[in-house]
Amino acid sequence: MGLLSDPNRRRALISLLTRLNSPICVVCYMAGVAWFMGLAFEPFTLRTYMSENAMGSTMVEERFPAGERALTTGREFSAHKKKAGGMPVDWLVKTMQARGLEVFTQRFSRKLPFPDENKERYMVKGTNVYGILRAPRAPRTEALVLSAPCTPGDSNNQAVGLLLGLAQYFRNQIYWAKDIIFLVNEHDLIGMQAWLEGYHHTNTTGMDWSPLQGRGGSIQAALSLELSSDVITSMDLVLEGLNGQLPNLDLANLFYAFCQKIGVLCTIQGKLQRNDWDSVSGYSHSVQTMMLMVMKQASGRPWGDHGLFLRYHIEAASIKGINSFRQYKTDVTTIGRLLEGMYRKLNNLLERLHQSYFFYLMPSLSHFVSIGYYMPAFGLLAVILLLRALDLWVQLATPPPRTEDGITDKEQVSSPGVLSVLTPLVISHLTGVALYTLPIQFQEMAVEQFPVSETEAVVLTAIGVYTAGLALPHNTHRLLSGEGTEQGWRVLKLVAVLYLAVLLGCTALINFSLGFILALTLVPVAAFVTPHVPKVLSAFILVILSPACTLLFSVFFFQELQELPVSFQEGWLLYLSVISQGILDHFLYGSLVYPLIALLVYPCWLLFWNILFWK
Amino acid sequence: CATGINMQAAHWLAPRMTRQCGNDFQEELVIRPLHSGDIYASFQFRTVWETDFMRGNKVSHYRLFPKSLGQVISKFSVRELHISFTQGYWRTMQWGQPFQPSPPGAELWVWFQDSVTDVDGTWKELTNVLSGIFCASLNFIDSTNTVQPSASFKPLGIGNETDHRFLRYATLPREIVCTENLTPWKKLLPCGSKAGLAVLLKSEKLFHSSFHSQAVHIRPVCQDWQCKTTSWELRQTLNVVFDLHNSAQGKREWSLFKMFSRTLTEACPLASSSKIYIDITDNPQGEQFEVSPATPLLSQAVVLGDRRTFSVYDLTQQITFGTVRSLNLLIRWKSSEGDMLRPLLHAERYVAGYGLQTGEIHTLMYNNHPYRSFPVLLLDSVPWYLRLYIHTLTVTSKGKDNKPSYIHYQPSKDRLRPHLLEMLVQLPPNSVTEVTVQFERALLKWTEYTPDPNHGFYVGSSVISSLVPSIVAMDTNSTRERPLFSSFFPCKEESSYFVRVYTEPLLVNLPTPDFSMPYNVICLTCTVVAVGYGSLYNLLTRSFQIEEPSPGLAKRIANIIRKMRGVPPL
Repeated sequence: MGLLSDPNRRRALISLLTRLNSPICVVCYMAGVAWFMGLAFEPFTLRTYMSENAMGSTMVEERFPAGERALTTGREFSAHKKKAGGMPVDWLVKTMQARGLEVFTQRFSRKLPFPDENKERYMVKGTNVYGILRAPRAPRTEALVLSAPCTPGDSNNQAVGLLLGLAQYFRNQIYWAKDIIFLVNEHDLIGMQAWLEGYHHTNTTGMDWSPLQGRGGSIQAALSLELSSDVITSMDLVLEGLNGQLPNLDLANLFYAFCQKIGVLCTIQGKLQRNDWDSVSGYSHSVQTMMLMVMKQASGRPWGDHGLFLRYHIEAASIKGINSFRQYKTDVTTIGRLLEGMYRKLNNLLERLHQSYFFYLMPSLSHFVSIGYYMPAFGLLAVILLLRALDLWVQLATPPPRTEDGITDKEQVSSPGVLSVLTPLVISHLTGVALYTLPIQFQEMAVEQFPVSETEAVVLTAIGVYTAGLALPHNTHRLLSGEGTEQGWRVLKLVAVLYLAVLLGCTALINFSLGFILALTLVPVAAFVTPHVPKVLSAFILVILSPACTLLFSVFFFQELQELPVSFQEGWLLYLSVISQGILDHFLYGSLVYPLIALLVYPCWLLFWNILFWK
Repeated sequence: CATGINMQAAHWLAPRMTRQCGNDFQEELVIRPLHSGDIYASFQFRTVWETDFMRGNKVSHYRLFPKSLGQVISKFSVRELHISFTQGYWRTMQWGQPFQPSPPGAELWVWFQDSVTDVDGTWKELTNVLSGIFCASLNFIDSTNTVQPSASFKPLGIGNETDHRFLRYATLPREIVCTENLTPWKKLLPCGSKAGLAVLLKSEKLFHSSFHSQAVHIRPVCQDWQCKTTSWELRQTLNVVFDLHNSAQGKREWSLFKMFSRTLTEACPLASSSKIYIDITDNPQGEQFEVSPATPLLSQAVVLGDRRTFSVYDLTQQITFGTVRSLNLLIRWKSSEGDMLRPLLHAERYVAGYGLQTGEIHTLMYNNHPYRSFPVLLLDSVPWYLRLYIHTLTVTSKGKDNKPSYIHYQPSKDRLRPHLLEMLVQLPPNSVTEVTVQFERALLKWTEYTPDPNHGFYVGSSVISSLVPSIVAMDTNSTRERPLFSSFFPCKEESSYFVRVYTEPLLVNLPTPDFSMPYNVICLTCTVVAVGYGSLYNLLTRSFQIEEPSPGLAKRIANIIRKMRGVPPL
C-alpha cells in the first residue's frame, strides 16, 4: 500500500499497467484456461475422503436378501401400470400398506406454459404415492427419502420393485432412528416438485396440488433410484441439481465407498474410472468427465429427480442403473444391499451432512476439485475485466494531450452526459425484458399467424427477439445529447465492463460452471471491443461469442463429450429443443438460467455491441 | 395399625391385607390389541397415603410411599406434580387415543401451594432435585423453556386454587429416555421389580418397542366420600406399544413371555389389588383374536368416551395361575391388519418454507366428528430464537377465518423466556382447522449453539386439550338392545370426555456458522479488515499534493513583514 500512496511510484505502476495492459490480459486469459484444463490432471486433484464422522467410522452390515422377490414385484407393478394406463395408485397403496407403511397419496395438476414436445405433455395430472416407515421410538422429527419415478412405458419398473422390496425389508428392522419415506412419483420432476412443495407447503411455481396428510419431519437426505433392467453392469451417480446446486460431497463419497465395499462397478457421468492418469488418453478421459459435469452444471437444470430437493437444503442424488459394459453383471440383490448400506449410514447421521464440500467438480468418482482449486481459473479471467476497467479509468482521468498549438480539444473535455450512458443501458435491458416475456406472451398469436406448433412458436420468437435486439437503433442517445463522443464510449465501456465483472462474479459464486463458460466467451469480447476495430470482422466475432452462439456450441460440444456426435441439422433441432427446455425449466421448477441470460447477460452483451457501432 | 416389625410376617400370613396404616397400593396392567396389529400395554401402580404434607407438616415415617418423593413434596410445597418421559410419538391415526397422553421427550408440570413466595426459585431447585431422582436432564429446564399456561393445565387433584402464578410447565423434546430413567422409576415401587406386575418391566424388552412412556403423577385426593381430609396419591404409569413387524417375527401372536420375556407367578404381596385387563371390545365373538387362558370375569367401563369390555385376570386369586403356577397370557390374531383410524380429534404440526431466514409453523387440528363441533385449547410454547410474527397468526377452518374466542399471548424475551400462545378455538364438525404463524430465525451468539448445531433446534409439542363428544353419546341408532327408558334423551352424563393431544415436536435449522476453524476465520477477517480496509480507506480519502521544500528563515521573516504590510507573500 505504501507503493500506492507514493504518487510517483503510483504513476509508474499505473503506466506499467496501462502500457502492458493487452499483453497482461492475454497472459491472464491463457493462464485461466490452462489452470482450468489442469484441474482434471490427477496429481493436481485431491482424493475423496469421508469427512462425516458419523458415517465414516461406523460399521454396518448389508443383509438384504430379496432381490428376486423385488423383481417379481416390479413385474407385477408393470402389469398393473399397463392395466391402469399410468400410475397404479390403488395397487401401490395396497402393496405399501401390506408392507406395514403409513400410506398417503397426493394429487397434482399443472398446465405447462406451452407443450413440452420432448416428453409430449401439456396438461399434466398425476398422483404421487408415498409410504412412511415410522422409526420405532422416534418422534417424527427426521426423515430420509427413497424415491423412484413411475415413468410411462416399460422403464423403471425394477426400481419401483426394489423400492417396495426394500420397504418390506426395512420395516422389519429395529435400528431405524429416522422415518423413511418411500415415494413413487408420477411425471418425474413435475411430480417431485408437487410433492416437495406440498411437503414444505410452499408454492413457487403456481402448481395445483392437494395438501399432504402425513409427514416425517425435516428430511435429512434423499436418493432417487432409476433401474430399467433386471441385471445391470454399473451404477451411475448423478449429482447436478437445479441451478447447478450440488449435494454435499459426502453423499458421493458414501456411494463410492459402498460401491467399493460391495464390489459394484460405479460411474459418474456414465464414465468408468481409469487408472492411467499419466497417459494422454487417461488425461483426456478425466477432462471429458469433468467437462461433462461442467456442462451439466452450467445448464442449471436438474439432471435427475433428486435435483429439486437441493433447494430445500436436503442432500440428494440420483442413482441410475446402466446396462452397457457387457462383461460385468450385478443383480438386484446387490443393488438392494448397496442401498441398504447407504441408508443405514445415513440413519446413523447425528447432524445434517455438512462436513464436506458443497462446491466441487469431479474428474472421476475418486477425485474431486474443490472450490479453492477451481476459483483461480475464473479469477484469472475476471481480472482481465478489472484491468481493462482500470485502463479505461486512467484514460478518462488523465487530461487529453495538448495539441501542438496548445489548444485542447473542446469536445473531449466536455464530459459525456448521463443520458449517453443511460440510454443504451435502458434500451438493452428493455430488449432483455422483451426476450424474457414475449415468447410466452405471443405464442398464441404466433400459432394463429404462422404454421408452427406452440413450442416452435416460443423458441422462434425467442430467437427472433434476440436477433432483433442486434438491429435496434442503439445510437438513440445521439438524438438526446448530440454526437457520440470519444469519451462517451469509454464511459459506456467502463460501465459495461464493470457490470460484466460483477455479473460474472456473482454467477460464478453460485454456479461456477455457468460463470466460467460465460466468462470464457464474454471476456474477450469485453476486452477488445472499441468503435475503432474493423466493423464487419468484429461484428462477426461478437456474434460468434454471444450467449446464444455459446449455447449452440455447447450443444455440439456436449454431444461430442457424450460420444454421440450429431450432424448440423440434428444439432440445430437439439438446439431449439434445449431453448424450449430451458424456458420450461424456468417456469416449471424455477431454474434461473433463462432469466439470467435474458435479463442480465444478453443486455450486457448488447452494450458491447452498442460500443462497436458507436458513432 | 401394623408396625414395621411384623410387616414381613404379615405378608406371609395374610398377604391380602388392605389399608395398612392408611397406605394402599394397587397395580394393574391393561392390554389392548390395537387395530394395526400392534399391542398396547399400560401399567398403572397407585399408592394412596392418608397423610398431609401441606402446611409444613413434618412427615418422617414412610411405608409404601417412596420417601424420596415425599420429601420433595414437603420441602418444595408441591401441590401437584406430573412428570413424564417418553421415547417415540403416539400414532393416534393407527393406535387411537392413549390412556395417558404424553409428548416425546420429558414433560414436567407442577402446581405449587399458595404458601410458596418465590415460585421461580423453588421451581429451579425442584427441577434440579428431580433431575437427580430420575437420572434425567431436567436440570436443563430454566426460564427459557418454562411457561405458565393460563388455561391448558388445570389441577387434577382436589383444591380450589387455580391461579396460574403457581403453575410451571416445561418440556424437553430432546430428552432421550432409556434404562437409566427406568431403573429409578422402578425403585419407587413398593415391591421394586421383585414381585407383582413389575417383574415384567425388563428394559431390554421395553425399549425394543415402537413407543415407550413412563410417568409419575402426584396429587392430593379425597380420603373418603365426605372429603374432609386429603390423601396423597402417587400414580406411576408406564405405557408401551410393541410392534407387530419387529417383535413377532411374522407370527401374529402375542404372549406375556414374548412381550416381556417373563411370565407372572404372583401379585405384589403389598398390593390390595392386582389385576390384568384385556380389552376385548372389538372382539365380542372372538373373530379378531383369541385370548388364552380364557377368563369368566368381565368388566365394563367407559374409557375415553367409549364403552369398553375387558376380560379381567385377578392375580390375587391363586386360580388365575392355574396348575402350572404361572400366567402367560396369549393373544392370537385371526384377522389381518385394518386401515387407518379416524380418531375424533387429532393434530399434526410441521414447519413450512425453505431457506434459513423465515419459516411458518402450521398446526393442523382435525375434528372428525360427523355433526358436533367442540372447542379446543391450543397451547404453543416456542423458544425465543424463533421470533414469531404474531400479526401473521391465522386460524382457518373450511377455508374460512375462524376467530379464536380466547387468546393469551406472552411475547418472548431474548435469552430469557419463550413465546407462549394459548387459544380457545372452536372446531367445526368434520373439518380441518389450520393455525399458521410465521417466524424468523434468530442468529445465536456463537457460544449459544449446541455441540451439534447442524442437527437443528427443537420446538416442543403443541398441547391440544379438549372436551370431546363421547362415542357413547354419538350412538344414536336405536337398534342396539337396551331398555327403552334409557334411550330417549340422546345426551348422557358421560356425553363428553377430556382428551389431551400432543403434536410432534419440530426440528428447525437455524443459520449456523462453520465452526470447523473459527480461529482461522477470526484471524483472517481481522487481518483483512486491518490491512486491506485501513490502507484502502487511507488511499481513497487522502488528497495528494506535491510538497514544496520549506522556505528559508529570511524568506519567512520577509513574509511576516509583508503580511503585516498587507502585501501578498513571496
